[in-house]
Amino acid sequence: MRKWVYLSLSVSLLLSSCSKNQIDRKPQGQELRLNFRSEPLSIDPRKPNDVTSSQFLKMCFDGLTRMGPDGELQLSLAESADVSEDQRIYTLKLRKSLWSDGMPVTAYDFEGSWKTMLDPLFPCEYASDLFILKNGRAAKNKKCSMDEVGVRALDEYTLRIELDHPAPLFLSILSTHAFYPSPQHITSKYPHWADKANPHYVTNGPFKLVEWKQSDHITLEKSETYWDSAHVKLDRIQMLLIEDENTELTMFDNGELDWAGSPLSTLPLDAMPALIKTKRVTTFPMAGVYFYILNTQDPLLKNVKLRRAFALAINRQELIDNVIQSGQSPATCFIPPALSPEKQYFQDNDVLRARRLFTEALTELQLTKEQLPIITLSYNTMNSHHKIAQAIQGQWFKAFGIHVALENKEWKVFLDEQRHGKFQIARMGGIANNYDPIGFLDRYRYLSSEENFSHWTNPRFTELLESADQTIDEALRTQLIAEAEQIFMDEMPVIPIYFYTGSYMKQPYVKGVYVSELSDVDLKWAYVEMQ
Amino acid sequence: MSDDTILFTPLSSSARATVEEAEILPSSSYWKEAWIRLKANRLAMFGLYALCFLIVMAILGPFLSPYSYYETHLQLKNQSPDAQFWLGTDELGRDLFTRCWWGARISLFVGITASLVDLIIGVLYGSIAAFFGGKTDEWMMRIADVLCAIPYLLVVILLMVIIGSGITSIILALTLTGWINMARIVRSQILQLKQQDFVTAAHVIGASNRRILFRHLIPNAMAPIIVTLTLTIPSAIFAEAFLSFLGLGVQAPIASWGTMANDGLPALRYYPWRLFFPAILISLTMFSFNVLGDGLRDAFDPRLKK
Amino acid sequence: MITYLAKKIGILLLSLFIVITLTFFLMHAIPGDPFIQDKAIPEEILKAMHQHYGLDQPLWIQFGKYLNGIIHFDLGPSFKYQGRTINEIISQGFPVSLCLGLEALCLAVFGGVSLGSIASLYHNRWQDHLTMVVAVIGISVPSFILASFLQYLLAMKLDLLPVARWGTFSQSIMPAIALAALPMAFIARLTRANMVEVLQQDYIQTARSKGLSVFRITVRHALRNALFPVITYLGPLSAAVFTGSFAIEKIFGIPGLGQWFVTSITNRDYTMIMGTTIFYSAILMLCIFIVDILYCLMDPRIKLTASDV
Repeated sequence: MRKWVYLSLSVSLLLSSCSKNQIDRKPQGQELRLNFRSEPLSIDPRKPNDVTSSQFLKMCFDGLTRMGPDGELQLSLAESADVSEDQRIYTLKLRKSLWSDGMPVTAYDFEGSWKTMLDPLFPCEYASDLFILKNGRAAKNKKCSMDEVGVRALDEYTLRIELDHPAPLFLSILSTHAFYPSPQHITSKYPHWADKANPHYVTNGPFKLVEWKQSDHITLEKSETYWDSAHVKLDRIQMLLIEDENTELTMFDNGELDWAGSPLSTLPLDAMPALIKTKRVTTFPMAGVYFYILNTQDPLLKNVKLRRAFALAINRQELIDNVIQSGQSPATCFIPPALSPEKQYFQDNDVLRARRLFTEALTELQLTKEQLPIITLSYNTMNSHHKIAQAIQGQWFKAFGIHVALENKEWKVFLDEQRHGKFQIARMGGIANNYDPIGFLDRYRYLSSEENFSHWTNPRFTELLESADQTIDEALRTQLIAEAEQIFMDEMPVIPIYFYTGSYMKQPYVKGVYVSELSDVDLKWAYVEMQ
Repeated sequence: MSDDTILFTPLSSSARATVEEAEILPSSSYWKEAWIRLKANRLAMFGLYALCFLIVMAILGPFLSPYSYYETHLQLKNQSPDAQFWLGTDELGRDLFTRCWWGARISLFVGITASLVDLIIGVLYGSIAAFFGGKTDEWMMRIADVLCAIPYLLVVILLMVIIGSGITSIILALTLTGWINMARIVRSQILQLKQQDFVTAAHVIGASNRRILFRHLIPNAMAPIIVTLTLTIPSAIFAEAFLSFLGLGVQAPIASWGTMANDGLPALRYYPWRLFFPAILISLTMFSFNVLGDGLRDAFDPRLKK
Repeated sequence: MITYLAKKIGILLLSLFIVITLTFFLMHAIPGDPFIQDKAIPEEILKAMHQHYGLDQPLWIQFGKYLNGIIHFDLGPSFKYQGRTINEIISQGFPVSLCLGLEALCLAVFGGVSLGSIASLYHNRWQDHLTMVVAVIGISVPSFILASFLQYLLAMKLDLLPVARWGTFSQSIMPAIALAALPMAFIARLTRANMVEVLQQDYIQTARSKGLSVFRITVRHALRNALFPVITYLGPLSAAVFTGSFAIEKIFGIPGLGQWFVTSITNRDYTMIMGTTIFYSAILMLCIFIVDILYCLMDPRIKLTASDV
C-alpha cells in the first residue's frame, strides 16, 4: 500500500514541474540574448587569442578607430590622424574619454599596452599582430630595448606611431583588438585584473562586464562612462555559453535566443537546406578561404603538373551545392573576393585539362598509374571536413581512377604533423585578420615563414611581396600583389576550394547589429524594435 | 563421467548431494535436453534466427545491391527509401543498404571480438582476485582502478600516433579497459559465492583450486556475467564509433553502424532514416544477444522451473 | 579497524600517485603543444610562452614542481584559459555535475531495481518480456542520441520542458533521464538475473506457501543478496556520473565538469588534464572503497582483510 502512495506522490511531483514552461520568449526591453558558443579564453585585451575573446573584447573596449555600422571606418578614440608622406609615421590626437572607473583614457594607456605585449617576458601568443610597428619583432626577440619600439605618447592625448614599412590600411588595422588600450593605472597595481569579473576589470567600451558564471552565461550592461554612450541603445546583453549548435537552433526557434549562427557560432550543416527554404537565413561573404595545402617537399607533390591536376579535377560547385550548402562561392584564386576583386586563375571542374596534366605528371615522374603510391589526404576531426574530404576523394577517383586515402587526425596531432612536414595533402582554412589582401600571400613569402607548411618558395614571388611592402602608391601595390597571386596560382602549392560565408538567423525585432567579413560582430549600434 | 556434466550447481541447497547427483547424468542427453528447452523458448529462438540473419546479410548483403559503399551521387543525396535505393541515401548520395551491411561486418566483428576478449580477461581477472582474496585481491583491483583513472582519450591518441588507425588499433583500444567492469562484477559475485557451503564442501572433497573456480564458482556467477556481456557488446559498438570519429578506426568511406548513427543524428529532424536504420540494426543485434543469452542460461540450468 | 583504515588509505594514496605519474608522462608523450593553433606563432613567442609556464625545463623538474603544488592542494593555472586556476574551474563545475549525477543515480537505482524485481517476480510472463524490451532499448541507444531525441520531442515539439541550461528542477529532468537510461536498464537486468535465481530457492517457496507477502520476501531477503553486482556497478558509475558526462552536458548546455575533461586534452592544457584526472581518480577510489565496505555490511560472511583462503 505504502509503495503506491510513494509512487503516486512522485509521479504527481514530476507532472507538476512539467507544466508549460515559464521562459522568456522575448527580450525584456533593450536587451539582446545571444549565444557565444564557448567561453572566452581571456578577457585581457593584451592576451586575445581566439575569435570568441576578440568578439567579447570588441564589446567592452574601444580602440583608436572602429568600423562603423555601414562598413566604413570611423575614428573612435582618435579625434584626428596625421600621416607622414612616406606613410610610416602616424600622429594621432585622442579625444577626451573615460575608463569605466572614471579615470581618463590617455595615450599612455595605448603605449603601455602595446609595449607590454611586445615585452619578451609577457606571455602573449599573438604579439605578432604588433610586428607592424617599427622594431616590434626585434623587441619581442630581445634584440632591442622597449624604447626603440615605434610607439610613443608625446603627451596625454597625442600618440606617435612609427611603422616598419608603409601599410595603406593601417588605420583599419588599428581597429583590431591587438591595438586596444589597457588601463595602465590598474594593470600596474593589480596583475589579476582581467582574470574574471571583478571590480578591477576596468574597460572603456560601449558595454561593461557585470557577471560571468562559468560555462553558463556572461552579462554585459551599457557603460555610462563610454564616450559615445549617446549612440548606444542597448541596455543589456546576455551571452549564453551553449556549445551545441543544434541546441542553439532549438532555443532560437523557441524564442529564447535572438540570434543563431555566424559569426558567433554556426548553424548546423544538416539543417541548412531546410532553413534556407524558410527564407529566414542571411548569408554574408567572409574574408576566408578553405583550402588543401600540398607538401611541395613530397617526392610526388614536388611536381607542379600533379598539383595542378588535383586542383582542376575538383568540382567545387557540386560540393557547395550538395555538401556545404550555404551559398559559398568556388575559389579559383586565393585571395577572397571580400578583400580584392576576384580573379579566375583556372576553371572549376576542368576535368579534361586535369587528366591531361595528370598524364604528363606521371610521365615526368616516370611512373604508371598503377605504380603511383597512395597519396594521403589528412584533416582534423570535424564533421564538415570529413564530408568534404569524402566527396573530393570520390571526385578524384572519377577523374583519375586513383584512390586517395583519407586520414582523420586529432586536432593537435594534426597541427603538429603539419609543422613537421609529415603530411602530403592537408586541409586548412584561414580567415583574414584585417582587410589587407597581402595577408593571405604573406604566409608563403619566405621558406621560413611560420605558416608556410607547404615549404614552397619562389624568388620572384618573394621579391614582388617585398616591393609591395615598400610601395606607397596604392594602384602599384595592388598590381604587385596581383602578379604575386598569379605566380602563386600557377605553381599551386595550395588548392583553394571555396570562400567562406557566414549564415545567421535573427529575430525580426533585432536591428543594428554589424557583422563583418572578418568574423567580427559589433553590438554598439544594435537595438530592439518591437512591433 | 565427463567433466562437462558439471556445468551449473545450484545455490544454497545441500551442495554435496547435488554435486554427486549431477555427476551421474550422462552427457549426451543433458545437451539434448538443454537444446529442447532452448527451442521451446520462442523468444530465444527469435534471437538466434535474428543473429543468423544479420550474420548472413553481413556477408551477402553488399552483393545484393548494384552500388558500392563508396560511390557518391551528390545530386541524389538524402533521399528517402525508394525503389532505386532500398534504404535511402546518405548525405553524399551513397546507398544506405550497401553501407548498412558493410557496417554490419565492422560492427559485428569488432563488437563480438572485443567483447569476447573482454569477457575472457574480465572473468579470469575478477574470479582470480576474488578467489585468492587478501593482498592478491587488493593489488589486482588497485591495478584495475589505476587503469580506469588514466584519461582514456590520452591513451587513444597515443595509440593513434604509435600504431595508426585500423581494426587492430580499435580492438586494442577497446580491450584495454573494457574488461574492468566485467572483472569487478565477477569479483563481487565470487566473493559472495565462495563463502557458501558447497564451496566448503568441494574443498573438503579435495577438489583443486582450478576445479573449484572453473567448475563451481564461475558457472554460478553466469547470470550477471551474461547480463554484463550483453552490455559489453553495445558498449563496444558505440565505443568503436566514437574512436572512429576521432580517427582511430577504419577510415572513411568505410563506416560501421555506430559511425552511421553518429552521422545520422544531427539530421534526425530532416532525414530520420539515416539514423533509424543503423540504430534499428544495433538494437536488433542487442536484443537478439540478450534474449539468446537469457534463453541459454535458462536452458542450461536444470533447476529452473518454468 | 584503525590499522585497516590506515593501510587502506595508504594504498589508495599510492594508487593515486601512480595515476598522477603515468598521466603526467603519457600527457607529454603525445604530440601537440598547448600554444600551437592554426594561426601560426613565431618561434620566439612560442619559446617565451614555454618559459613563462615552465615548459622549457626537463620533465623531471616539471613533475617535481607539480607534485609540490599538489601537496599544497594547488592544481596550478590553466594554460589555455589565461588567468584562471584549475581549483576555481573544478570547484565551480563540480557542484552542478554532482547534482545532476545524484538525480540520475536515484532514478537509475530506484527505477532499475523496481523494474528488475517486477520482471523477476513475473519470470517469463509478459511483464518480464516487456521490461526486457525496454531494458534492451535503454542499453542499445547511446545517451546522446536519447538526449537529442528527448530534447526534440519534449522541448521542441510538445513544449513540456525547457530546451537547455541549468538552474530549475524542470531543466534537470531530461538530462537526468538521458543519463539514467543506460544504468537503469543494466541495473534492471542485473537485478532480474540474480533475483530469478534467488526466488527459485526452497526457502523462498516455503515462505510463500506459509503466506508471507511477496513484497516482504523480495525486499527483505532476496534483494539483499541479489544486489551485489548492482552495488559493484554503482561504484565506478557514481564516479563517472558525478564528474559529469561530456555529451549530455554539451547537448543541454549544463555548466558542469564534463566538458573540461575532454577539452583539456584537445587543448593540451596540461594542468587541466592533470587536475581533472586527479579529481576523478580521487572520487573513483573513494566510491570503490565505499562499495567494498558495503559488501562487508551487506553480507557479513565476506571478509576483505588479509586472512582469507
